[in-house]
Amino acid sequence: MEYLFYISGAAAVISTFMVIIQTKAVHALLYLIVSLLSVALVFFSFGAPFVAALEVIIYAGAIMVLFVFVIMMLNLGPEAAEEEKKLISARMWIGPSILAAILLAVLIYTLTRTGTIANPLIVGPKEVGMALYGPYLIGVELASILLLAGMVGAYHLGRGRRYGGPGEGE
Amino acid sequence: MAYLPVEHGFILAAILFVTGLAGVLVRRNIIFILMSIEIMLNAAGLAFISAGSRWGQPDGQVMYIFILAMAGAEVSVGLGLVLRFYHLFRTLDADEASRMKG
Repeated sequence: MEYLFYISGAAAVISTFMVIIQTKAVHALLYLIVSLLSVALVFFSFGAPFVAALEVIIYAGAIMVLFVFVIMMLNLGPEAAEEEKKLISARMWIGPSILAAILLAVLIYTLTRTGTIANPLIVGPKEVGMALYGPYLIGVELASILLLAGMVGAYHLGRGRRYGGPGEGE
Repeated sequence: MAYLPVEHGFILAAILFVTGLAGVLVRRNIIFILMSIEIMLNAAGLAFISAGSRWGQPDGQVMYIFILAMAGAEVSVGLGLVLRFYHLFRTLDADEASRMKG
């Protein structure tokens, strides 16, 4: 499974480098999604399939959707229409598409060629769950408090100006 | 099927982390800064995963789940701040907010 690690690691480095040199936020977001997917494949090659799935679902799914929402909200305006046309142009999709195709090819090759399920090095979801709700239970509680604080903070920041409390909006 | 060398995982994590750090330091668009912070958190998680796989223990994955929860909380508050910043300054340049009141 070494080739899976090295190919997806190279894809991660390339796409991460492309993230920070883009000028448009949406293009950087495309490369960031490819970077997260390739890091998920790196996790898979390290024998952590549960965390790889979490990376795809939570990072590349939920958190990137938040980014897309914010970028869409900031793009409102009359010039947004022709901006959209430029964003949809096929040239910008080539780089992320090639990287994602490489990742898909190496994943399919790995899954069809080797029986990775029988690998004794894999630490599956069962062990992770036992550890998470055993010795790390206090960490789970703290993470829930942190998420609650994040939710309250995001709600407070997003309420708008006319409900503003003291010290803002003057 | 051999062990992957854990040093290579650390090297990859270090490369990703330094790339994200360069993004934080170089870019002045506040959305790019948030994305670079995500890259750095992801690289830290990669270091945890590779170290956890070296000993075959689930602790690295547990730590990664905590990092994931922290990243979710951080990005929600951060994007709320971005929206408030844009409504206040009508730009996304972080240098616009370099002065404090008072």
